[in-house]
Amino acid sequence: MPEPLLDVRDLRVCFRTRQGLVTAVDGLSFSVAPGEVLGVVGESGSGKSVSMLAVLRLLTSPNVTVSGEVLFRGRDLLALPDKEMRAVRGREIAMVFQDPMTALTPVYTVGWQIAEAIRAHEQVSRKEAHARAVRLLSDVGIPDAASRLNAYPHEFSGGMRQRAVIAMALSCSPSLLIADEPTTALDVTVQAQILDLMRELNAGGSAMVLITHDMGVVSQIADRVLVMYGGRAAEEGPRRAVFHGPRHPYTWGLLDSVPRVGGPRLRRLPTIAGVPVAPGGIPEGCAFAPRCRLRHDLCEERPVLSGDTHLDACWLPSGDRAGLRVSARDTEAAS
Amino acid sequence: MTLSPSPGARRSPGPWRTAAGDLLRNRTALAAAAVLLLVVLASLCAPLYADHIAHTDPFQSHVSGTTVVDGKTVPVLTPSSTGLGLGVTPIGPTWDPAHYFLGADNQGRDVLARLLYGGRTSLFIGFTAALLTCVVGTLVGVVAGYAGGVVDAVISRVLDVVWAFPVYLLAICLSVVLLTNGLKLGPVTVDAGSLWLPVTIIAAIYVPYIARPLRGQVLVLRNKEYIQAAVGSGAPTPRILRREVLPNVVPTAIVFVPLMTALAMLTESALSFLSVGVQPPDASWGTIIEDGLGLLYTRPAVTIAPGLLIALTTAALNVLGDGVRDALDPSARLRGGV
Amino acid sequence: MLVFALKRFASALLVMFAISVLVFLIFFATPGVDPAARIAGRNADPATLAQVRHSFGLDRPMPIRYLLMMRHLLIDRDLESFVNRGSRVIPQIIQATPVTLSLVIGAALIWMTAGILMGTAAATLRGRAADPLIMLVGVVGVSLPAYWLGEVVNLLTQKQLHDSLFSWVPPPGYVGLGQDPGQWALHMLFPWLTLALLYAGIYARLLRGEVVTALNEDYVRTARAKGLSERRILLRHALRCSLIPIVSLFGLDFGALVGGAALLTEVVFGLPGIGKLTFDALQNLDLPVIMGTVLYAAFFVVLANALVDILYARLDPRARHA
Repeated sequence: MPEPLLDVRDLRVCFRTRQGLVTAVDGLSFSVAPGEVLGVVGESGSGKSVSMLAVLRLLTSPNVTVSGEVLFRGRDLLALPDKEMRAVRGREIAMVFQDPMTALTPVYTVGWQIAEAIRAHEQVSRKEAHARAVRLLSDVGIPDAASRLNAYPHEFSGGMRQRAVIAMALSCSPSLLIADEPTTALDVTVQAQILDLMRELNAGGSAMVLITHDMGVVSQIADRVLVMYGGRAAEEGPRRAVFHGPRHPYTWGLLDSVPRVGGPRLRRLPTIAGVPVAPGGIPEGCAFAPRCRLRHDLCEERPVLSGDTHLDACWLPSGDRAGLRVSARDTEAAS
Repeated sequence: MTLSPSPGARRSPGPWRTAAGDLLRNRTALAAAAVLLLVVLASLCAPLYADHIAHTDPFQSHVSGTTVVDGKTVPVLTPSSTGLGLGVTPIGPTWDPAHYFLGADNQGRDVLARLLYGGRTSLFIGFTAALLTCVVGTLVGVVAGYAGGVVDAVISRVLDVVWAFPVYLLAICLSVVLLTNGLKLGPVTVDAGSLWLPVTIIAAIYVPYIARPLRGQVLVLRNKEYIQAAVGSGAPTPRILRREVLPNVVPTAIVFVPLMTALAMLTESALSFLSVGVQPPDASWGTIIEDGLGLLYTRPAVTIAPGLLIALTTAALNVLGDGVRDALDPSARLRGGV
Repeated sequence: MLVFALKRFASALLVMFAISVLVFLIFFATPGVDPAARIAGRNADPATLAQVRHSFGLDRPMPIRYLLMMRHLLIDRDLESFVNRGSRVIPQIIQATPVTLSLVIGAALIWMTAGILMGTAAATLRGRAADPLIMLVGVVGVSLPAYWLGEVVNLLTQKQLHDSLFSWVPPPGYVGLGQDPGQWALHMLFPWLTLALLYAGIYARLLRGEVVTALNEDYVRTARAKGLSERRILLRHALRCSLIPIVSLFGLDFGALVGGAALLTEVVFGLPGIGKLTFDALQNLDLPVIMGTVLYAAFFVVLANALVDILYARLDPRARHA
C-alpha cells in the first residue's frame, strides 16, 4: 500500500452545548491515498461534514474541541501553527461546500475571488492571477469565461456558482480536494455535469474526499467508500466490495433504500426503521443497535472497525453476512 | 412498525412560556425593569410628596416665597448679583426633603416636586403614545400586507412619505398647527392644551416605524404554506388573520412597545424643550429642562436632574426592550437600529 | 449604475413632491384652522390678512393654493417673517445652511469612524471586557436627550472646568470655515463630539452584530478554506459585507438627524443654523419661517437619502438591479 496522502487517526470532535458535551465525531480513522477518491456516506448528522471541517481546522467556535491526529504527508495538521495551516488550506487541501448560493462573498466579482485565492499563496501579479482565473473558469466549463469573470455571484446560476467555487478550489492545484455534498443543492442535470467535472479532476491526478448521502453519486465516482453512522465509521472498503458485498446492516439499509431503474417495481421503498441517532444520544455500544433488526446482547458493547481491506464495525459473525442480509430483509417484509 | 417517541423528549413549553422564562433569566433586563418600576412608583407618589413632605404647590409660582435652611428663613429667589441685575437666582439644592431638596426654578417652584409630576406626564405620554403607535401600526401593517393590491399600494405610499419626512420636523409642523386650536377629526376632539395632543402627534409620526416592518412580515407570512393551506381549505379571512397571522405578528409588536416608549419619551422631551410639546401649566421633564436653560450656569440642578431621569428611564426601557426582543423576536428592529 | 442613480433621483423628486403636499395639507387644510391668520401672525390687521389671503389664493381651489405656496417658497422666494417684517425667509435659510452642514457632516464623519472602529473591535474581542463596554455606550447613546447632553457639555466646558481643563474652549458660537478654518473646527469640536456620542455607540453595536453574523456565514468559511489570513477575512470579507446595512441605516439617520438631533444641538451650542432658525421661529410661532425651514430641510433629507442609496448601490452589487 502506498504512503497515504491523508491519514486520520482516532479523530474526535466534541461540542459544548447547553445540554452538555456532545460528541459529533467519535474515534474516526481513515486514510486517502494519492489520486484516490474516497466517498464518505451517511445520513444527516452522522458526522461526515464535521469530521472534514475538523481535518482542515475550520471549526472555529470556541465550544469545539478536536483531538486525534490528522497526518497530511506525514505532518499532523492539528498540531501545526496557524500560519503553516493557512499555507496548507487552499494550496494543498482545498474544500468545496454544499451550498454554492452562499459560498461566495456577495460583494466581489467571481474573478476577484479566484484571483484572491491565487494571490493568497503565490507571488503573482494581479494581471497574471486574472489570466489564470480566466483559464480556470473555462476549465470548469464556464463559457465566455473572460467576461463572466467580472460577474457577481448573484448573477450566476447555482450550477455556475458551484463551478466557480470548484475553479477557486483548484486555483493552486491542490493535491487533495474535499467536496462536501457538492451536488446536493443542484438540479439533477447540473449534478451530473458537476460529477463529470469532478471525475475529470480525478483523472488529472488529484485525490478527493467526496462527502454525500447519495449512494448513486458514490457508486459513480468513488474508489473506496467510508460509511459513517453516529459519528463513527460503520464500514469501509473498496467501492466494488462495499456495493456488492456490504457487511454492515446500516449499509444494507442505505443500499436497499436506493430505487433501481429496471428492477422489480416496489409497492413501497424499503426504509431504515427508526430515526437517525442524534449526536448526544449515541448509545454506549454499537451506535446503530437501536435501529438494527439483528441486534443481540453483544451489541451492548462497542464494536471495533476490523477487517483486512474491507472493514466493518459489527458483531455479526463475519462468515455469512449475505445470508443474514436476506433473512433480515424477509423479516422486515413480514412485519 | 410503530414509532415510539424517544424517552428523552418532553412536551415542549409554548413560545410565550419559553420567552417569559428567557426574560426572567436575563438579569440585565430584570434590573432595568426594577429601575423602571422605581421611576414609575416615584412619579405616582408625586402628590404625596408635594402635599405631605414638601408642602408646596409645584404649579404655582412663589416669586416672593421663603423657606427654611439650617433653621434660618431665607427667600426662595434672590436678585441676581452678577450681570445687569435683571435676573433672579433661585435657591439651590438644600438636600432637605422638606424644603426645596433640589432647589427651585426661576419662578420659585420646588424642582423635585415638579420632577415627580413631570415624570407622570412624560411617562404617560411616552407609554400611551407607544401603545397607540404599536396598535395602529400593527393594524395598518397587517391590513396592508394581507389585503395587497390597491389597498396596500395606497397605504405603502403614504407610509413611505411619512417615513421620508424627518420625524421631528413633522412633529413640529403638526404641533404648530394644532397647538392653538386643538384637533377635531370626526368624533375625536383633542383640546389644544391637553396632554392627548402630544400623544396623538407622537403616535402619528411613528406609525410607519411599526407598520412598515410588520407589513413586510405579513407579506412573507402570506406566502407561507400553512397560510396558503388555510386559504385553500376555505377558512374565512378574519379567522386566518386571528389564528394564523396575528400570533406571528404580535410578538414583534410587543418587542416594539418598550423601545417605542423610550423613543416617544425622547421625542416628547425634545418637543417640550422646543416649547411645542407639553404646554404650561403641565410640566414634563422636557419643559423642566427648558425652564433650566437660563439657569444652566448658576443652578445646573434644574437642568441636570430631569435629563438624568430621562436618560435613566429611556436606558432602562431600551435595555428591557433588548431583553424582550431576545426573548420574543430577535430579528425585530425599529428604524435607527434601536 | 448611472441608470440606477437617475432612477433614484427621480423617485426622490416624487417623494419631495409628496412631502410638499403633506406640508401644504398640514398648514393649509387642517380643519378648524384659518391659514391666513396663521401666516399673517397674531393680531394682524385686516388689510394684511386680506393681502395674505390673496397672495396665497386662499379663496381659490386647493391645487391652485398648493401651486401658489410652492411659488412663494421656491420661485419667488418672497416669504416674509411676520415677526421681523420685511426679512425674507429663504435667504435666511440659505445663509444658515453651511452651519448645519458643517455640524452634521463633521459629526457624521466622527461617529461613522468611531462606530466602525469600535464595532469591529467589539466583534473581534467578543466575550472580553471591551465588548460589554461598547454595548453600554450604545445604550447610553440612544437614551440621552441630545439637547440635554449638549447643555451638560456646555456646563462642563464653559463653567465647571473652564478654568482648568477646558480653558481653550471658545464660547458657544460659529466661525465660518472660510473665515478661519482653525477657529471653525475649534468652535465645532464639542457640537460634533456631542452629536457623535449619540450615534457612535449604536453604530458600533449594530456593526458588531453584523460582523459576528457575517463571521458565521458560508462565504467566510470559504475564505478560510482558501487559506486567507484572519485579518483579511475580517476586513475584506466580513466587515465589507457588514458595512452594507450600516450604510443604509446611516442614510436614514443622517436625514433624521438633520431634522432632529442637529436642530437641538444647534440651539444648545448657539450655532446659527437651520435648527436655530426653526427654534427661534417656534418661540413666536413664526409660521412662514417654520414652513420654509421645514420644507427646505425635508428636501435636503430626501436628497441626502438618495445620495446614500447610490453609495449603497456602489457597496452592494445586488442593490443595483433592484
